[in-house]
Amino acid sequence: MKITKGALMGATAFAAIAAGMNAETITIATVNNGDMVRMQGYADDFTAKTGHEVEWVTLEENVLREKVTTDIATKGGQFDIMTIGMYEAPIWAKNDWLVSLDDMSAEYDINDILPAMRGGLSYEGSLYAAPFYGESSMIMYRTDLMEAAGLEMPSAPTWDDVKMAAEAMTDEENGVYGVCLRGKAGWGENMAFLTAMSNSFGARWFDEDWNAQFDSEEWASTLNFYLDLMNNYGPPGASSNGFTENLALFQQGKCGMWIDATVAASFVTNPDDSTVADSVGFALAADNGLGPRGNWLWAWALAIPAGTEKEAAAKEFVEWATSKEYIELVAANEGWANVPPGARTSLYENPEYQKVPFAKMTLESINSADPLKPTVDPVPYQGVQFVAIPEFSGIATSVGQEFAAALAGDKTAEEALAAAQAITTREMEKAGY
Amino acid sequence: MARSTTTKQKIGWTIIVWTIALAIFFPVIWTFLTSFKTEGEAIANPPVFFNFDWNLDNYKIILAGEANYPKSLMNSIIIALGSTLLGLVFAVPAAWSMAFQPGRWTKDILMAMLGTKMMPAVGVLMPIYLFLVWIDLLDSRIALVVILMMMNLPIIIWMLYTYFKEIPKDILEASRMDGASLRGEILYVLVPMAIPGIASTMLLNIILAWNEAFWTIILTTTSAKPLSAFMVEFSTKQGLFYAQLSAASVMAIAPILIMGWFSQKQLVSGLTFGAVK
Repeated sequence: MKITKGALMGATAFAAIAAGMNAETITIATVNNGDMVRMQGYADDFTAKTGHEVEWVTLEENVLREKVTTDIATKGGQFDIMTIGMYEAPIWAKNDWLVSLDDMSAEYDINDILPAMRGGLSYEGSLYAAPFYGESSMIMYRTDLMEAAGLEMPSAPTWDDVKMAAEAMTDEENGVYGVCLRGKAGWGENMAFLTAMSNSFGARWFDEDWNAQFDSEEWASTLNFYLDLMNNYGPPGASSNGFTENLALFQQGKCGMWIDATVAASFVTNPDDSTVADSVGFALAADNGLGPRGNWLWAWALAIPAGTEKEAAAKEFVEWATSKEYIELVAANEGWANVPPGARTSLYENPEYQKVPFAKMTLESINSADPLKPTVDPVPYQGVQFVAIPEFSGIATSVGQEFAAALAGDKTAEEALAAAQAITTREMEKAGY
Repeated sequence: MARSTTTKQKIGWTIIVWTIALAIFFPVIWTFLTSFKTEGEAIANPPVFFNFDWNLDNYKIILAGEANYPKSLMNSIIIALGSTLLGLVFAVPAAWSMAFQPGRWTKDILMAMLGTKMMPAVGVLMPIYLFLVWIDLLDSRIALVVILMMMNLPIIIWMLYTYFKEIPKDILEASRMDGASLRGEILYVLVPMAIPGIASTMLLNIILAWNEAFWTIILTTTSAKPLSAFMVEFSTKQGLFYAQLSAASVMAIAPILIMGWFSQKQLVSGLTFGAVK
């Protein structure tokens, strides 16, 4: 008996030492948003399961992007896991900067990842970043104002429906504007919205030979429609409004409609912060009957930089954080409305999650965007509201400044489009396309 | 009559100075007030000034989170003090030689040093970053101490040079005639006389190093992260967290603000030294 007990104790001690030897401290760079901060709170669960400790570097989106890009390009090795978006995933994978995630365990069920997300985070058929949460864009509108105007929002409206609703809800005397859209210049600000919107107007950034297409009829009608909407029914000073500014306006009851990220649904329906929480309806982003809708597709995903010395531990973390079990863990503690949305099919099949008011619309929005075939006419690139090439962020920010100038009234739509065409052509030639 | 004009002028100047001071200090006051609001109150339109439900929730959330305030505070103290003290080690002899043994190129060297401050820091980012990767010193306090020292060295030398110029050469000569070595002359004669100047130089450089937010954010991740990087963790585009960001900002600037408050006499005298000549 004594020998057995001694042997058991010895074995336990040995196992503990062995586990301790394998235990690593992994450093994760992440964005500062609700779901990511929540994940940090549950990291103890991961440590208890695996013995690995986790250190966090939380940063604002643009700072994060600069920092992780510098680190990965110089092989600085400061991070074992990086939070990246759908824009970076295929570009970095092409540069051999990321570890492929195709060999996840069977329990992870890689086929459960929503097809649109998996497609956008893959390169040549291999997954390089696991989606932590995904989002699209949709219309959030004031049900009370629509009712007062005697209108009803279709669940899949056209751009004409949007214009009609904007006109009916605008009440400038009381500081209510029919529609709030992004106007602030930036590839992730106004250009995310306008690129997605242009898809539904049949426009595209490039033809199949990488020629810029801003001189097309389709881009002219996109920009003119946008300027008409914003000039007549939008809030003043819209050329400096981004996500945050529009969120504040909508929460204070100053917007009839806001077309933006699906993740905003939980903010505008939260009575603690929103004065209009009880009267918000959701609809798919608008279309023009051409096929694509004007909604985007984005995911914040976890990727492992090639060359990290802690690849095995990092993979364990990615598997844990993007698993079905993690979703259940959050649901059990904080309710289904707070789980990271938009990544897994099984979540949307769960009857409990189906009760969340914006769940169905989020899924439909995600499913209606196809990052591999985003436009009416064929294109040589991947990405819905962006073009997944390294030059895009720079070019689109310059183009965004032209369009913001048109919104501010400093330029006409024609001038802005001509400038956009010139900038894009010049930069693409310089880059050797 | 003359007296009443003076009083009027005094009142006028007082109002002007107070207005300017309030305008400059308003963002700090506003950040302080916002840090005690809820997120809803933080974005309320029209804005609320004092009539809100003051609470400490934002501070509690920050202290309970993963950001680790005490560690960042310690890093800030070490980096700010370390870079300033190391800077003095180089700057005191440099300023001594420029003030008391000027050569043909002294003026040009002084101007060239100042010229380096005109260069945008990002211009040397890649070489420094790659060098730190190479010597394995990314995210280390020692790297930041050295880099911030180099960044601020021109200012330290210039300030000390101005002070040393005010000290009569004869005193140093007398000590030399009494047999003081060069080291003794600097350490036991020059430095004690220049203590007020050195103190205000130190204070200003501690403030500059504390507030530095380009190198500290780019070159640190977890172990050497100072308060500037701590504060950035609370900035976000996804959702409105102004109240929380304000609380983090107050926590990051409070130590240096308090230090500045208590030492304002030295700071002002240091910054205006020699200005009336």
